[in-house]
Amino acid sequence: MSGPTRDPKGATISFSFDGKTYKARAGDTLAAALLANGVGLVGRSFKYHRPRGIMTAGIEEPNALVTVGEGGRAEPNTRATDVFVYDGLIARSQNRWPNLSFDVGAVFSLAAPMLGAGFYYKTFFGSAKRWMFYEYFIRKAAGLGNAPTKADPDRFSQRAAFCDVLVVGAGPAGLQAALEQAEAGKRVILVEQDSILGASLIRDPQELDTAWADSAAARIRAAGGRILTRTTASGYWEHDLVTLTQRLAEPGEVPTNGVTQRLWHVRARQVILATGSIERPIAFAHNDRPGVMLSQAARTYVRRFGVLPGKRVVIATNNDDAYKTVQALKEVGAEIVAILDARPQFSAAAAGAESAGLPVWTNAVPSIVTGARHCLSGVTAIVDGQSKNWKADLIAVSGGFTPVVHLHMQAGGTLDWNEAAQAFVAAASRQNVTTIGGAANPDPVFPVTPVSNPKKSFIDFQNDVSLADVDLAWAEGYRSVEHLKRYTTLGMATDQGKLSNMAALGRLAEKQGVSIPEAGLTTFRPPYTPVSMGLIAGAGAKNAGAHVRRLALYDVHAAKNPIWQPLGYWFRPRAYPQGQETLAQAALREAKEVRTGVGMTDVSTLAKFEVSGPDAAAFLELICATTVSKLAVGRGRYTFMLREDGIAFDDGTVWRLDENRYLLTSSTGGADRMATHISYVRQYLCPQLKVSAVNVQEHHAGIAIAGPKAKAVMDALIKADSPRHMSTVPAEIAGVPVIVLAASYSGERAFEVYVEASHAASVWAACEAEVTAQGGSLYGLEAMEFLRIEKGHLVVGGEVDGRMTPMDLALDKMLNKAGGYIGATGLSRPALAEPGRRQLVGLEAIEGDIPEGAMLITHKGGSPHGHVSAAAFKILEGGSVALGQLKDGFSRHGEELIASSPTRGQEARVRVVHPHFYDTAGERYRD
Amino acid sequence: MMQITCPHCGPRAQSEFIYERTVDSVVPLDAAPEQAMAALFSRTNPRGVDEEIWRHTYGCRAWLVMTRHRVTNEISATRAVGPEALP
Repeated sequence: MSGPTRDPKGATISFSFDGKTYKARAGDTLAAALLANGVGLVGRSFKYHRPRGIMTAGIEEPNALVTVGEGGRAEPNTRATDVFVYDGLIARSQNRWPNLSFDVGAVFSLAAPMLGAGFYYKTFFGSAKRWMFYEYFIRKAAGLGNAPTKADPDRFSQRAAFCDVLVVGAGPAGLQAALEQAEAGKRVILVEQDSILGASLIRDPQELDTAWADSAAARIRAAGGRILTRTTASGYWEHDLVTLTQRLAEPGEVPTNGVTQRLWHVRARQVILATGSIERPIAFAHNDRPGVMLSQAARTYVRRFGVLPGKRVVIATNNDDAYKTVQALKEVGAEIVAILDARPQFSAAAAGAESAGLPVWTNAVPSIVTGARHCLSGVTAIVDGQSKNWKADLIAVSGGFTPVVHLHMQAGGTLDWNEAAQAFVAAASRQNVTTIGGAANPDPVFPVTPVSNPKKSFIDFQNDVSLADVDLAWAEGYRSVEHLKRYTTLGMATDQGKLSNMAALGRLAEKQGVSIPEAGLTTFRPPYTPVSMGLIAGAGAKNAGAHVRRLALYDVHAAKNPIWQPLGYWFRPRAYPQGQETLAQAALREAKEVRTGVGMTDVSTLAKFEVSGPDAAAFLELICATTVSKLAVGRGRYTFMLREDGIAFDDGTVWRLDENRYLLTSSTGGADRMATHISYVRQYLCPQLKVSAVNVQEHHAGIAIAGPKAKAVMDALIKADSPRHMSTVPAEIAGVPVIVLAASYSGERAFEVYVEASHAASVWAACEAEVTAQGGSLYGLEAMEFLRIEKGHLVVGGEVDGRMTPMDLALDKMLNKAGGYIGATGLSRPALAEPGRRQLVGLEAIEGDIPEGAMLITHKGGSPHGHVSAAAFKILEGGSVALGQLKDGFSRHGEELIASSPTRGQEARVRVVHPHFYDTAGERYRD
Repeated sequence: MMQITCPHCGPRAQSEFIYERTVDSVVPLDAAPEQAMAALFSRTNPRGVDEEIWRHTYGCRAWLVMTRHRVTNEISATRAVGPEALP
């Protein structure tokens, strides 16, 4: 083919391909526009870099894959048959260097004998040196288009919808079904992947045509139905949920309202699949060249786009449908040089063509085509066992029809074999889905046995899999279709084997000496056509996916410009640097302030539950592994919670606020898990209890005040004597009712103030004024971490890591001796009492700073005996200290070990000690 | 994505629910040690119908028990649990 193949009149839209500007008509696909401009060579194949043209006119296109758009909008591996040209469209060919006509990578074609099926397997099983040799070249050659490196500037939206009937495919069957359902009062959604309605009516206008399609669409809409074009039903999920991918702008195009694609979740009462069928190619040598086209595609280019894809045409078929292509080509003046009909006898259509003077050959199958890079020059066929040649610039092939049963199969449906059509059709389904139209009743065909050299006879065009690869896999012992698929990569490209699966199955069945249905079929999985990752992410693609939970005191902190620390969904101040202070300097200053004066911090994120009712104590003694019922009103205690298997999973404090009213706190990070656990125990395990357990995490804001001067601050704030350690009183600060708890995480005398979140700012201001008056300051999470490590307090997610029992954490003395708590039975497992378990220890550096996360070893090269869970240093004296878990650690105090972190290249010599480095007698936090 | 009928709210998308555990993995509060260990460590994994505990977390937050076929995802029943569901 050379030169334009369509009258350029009316072509007003400019687009470029590989830097050259062309003109297109409105409604052209990129493929149609390229063919109209005489561009035959469009891409290079994946493995062998073979020249490829345009083979189809639909979403099944395996060859004409291009990159459309630029920058963040670039969309690689776009099928030229599935993008409609807009003014300014920029398309580039792929997988070629330096250019499409002269591609250095085409040398891979020469190496084809080495790159056959199972190349990777064989290379990996060979010596490592072989792989090292190949790797460089393979890495360079791997992949097809290049992923864009910039963020997509456009938005992807998602929408949910419900309907009575979802009809997929707006061909005659789909339109008719949608019309009937809509006019019967059903809520109907009709989707069509094309830009216009009609499907087969567009290429075969007969009794019904596109005008009928448009009037049917108008009636569907008038009856309340919704019609979505450029919308593909890409996945069929459970309970008749179908995902639709809708293009609001073409690939690379600037969308009018900022949204480029929309993902629909449609829950339908009933789904009707009118998805039609995909035409099959025929295997012959060089059947992947430009100039080899499916018969219906050739007809579509003629009738829909007015493009003549070839002037001297050979038709190769095993069915009657291809005679419609003969008719279409003749109407526009193409010369039909031969009709190769694989069937031994003339069908009515063949006889009709013959009597119209066309050269029809029966028992004729193409064996090889010849041509240059850009076009075809000749066709050779075996006719009644004899070889015959024709000069031609196009061969239009039809190897039968593969019903589109993908969605039916995704829905969990089974398939039946239709012998006449040599095709699988939809059978039973456990979902409410039916298949109608061409997809249910494919045309009868005659099975073709390839007569060509299998080496260059391609079946999977996108992955360069030939008949020879199938034969090789068979010869090497691959019998199952699933193994064949993985060994040859057949059907594993982005086209998911839409053209290739049946050809491969036919070959495999032939080898096995069984019928195709006996050879089996691989499973179709979503999506039907490739889906942009951005579409799945939806709004989350623009970093809106992660929830953010704002502290009630967020603005107060933000005004002080702290270093923020993400903590779950929260952001908390990590430190409040002054001047040029670094994080470490600021945190150390803040921690010293707490040790020597007074500091305050925001502890609002702690999990908090208010448990009340006559059975409140009994309920808490299920949740907590310590006693609770012995607490007097106004008193609190440290507590921890176990999983059913006896492993500690959270800790906190519990306070008796009133006779039958308790406040339970637990860790920030475990808050959601604890809320679920408490709800499960209350709702599922003991619904009979008279108790209410309410999550008040965000109801109360929390302020901690700690340090030797904390009591003076608190006395002044509540204008009364502050509660004793582990006591609580209701009080008022700045006229706002608060709960004051005396509890210490830092090791100093300390209080926590809980206030209704909406009043937090005024209470915080009052506290800060009093703390400042005493010469104190704010402290953040980093200082809090220093303080608690030095004190030897646990943190959930650090020392409480989902592997440690209360015994391992030296908490067993606090266990409720009466038992009955959740985890008591699990804790009694003998294995948990055996020696060799990791136990909580302190670590003191003898030399070097202890790296957090380091493994604990006895000598270089030894296996780990444990690890460092948290590292800090003594706040006032200095010196690196840490908490860790060590095998049989309780009995190893005094032992010297190496804390080694090879990944950070850090190491320290450490001594195993008691995990409390500060105020071991616990005198500082009491009055 | 399945469609689950919440006993309180009616049919809703699976994305509103969170799966908790199978009913046979529940450790009753009064379970004997052998029973507790069996529930924790030697649960069945039937290829067929099973009873599961779910929660309508992003809806009414209530717990429910659902009878589901683990291959076909057919949900034959859902029932409410909790104090309000007590006889």
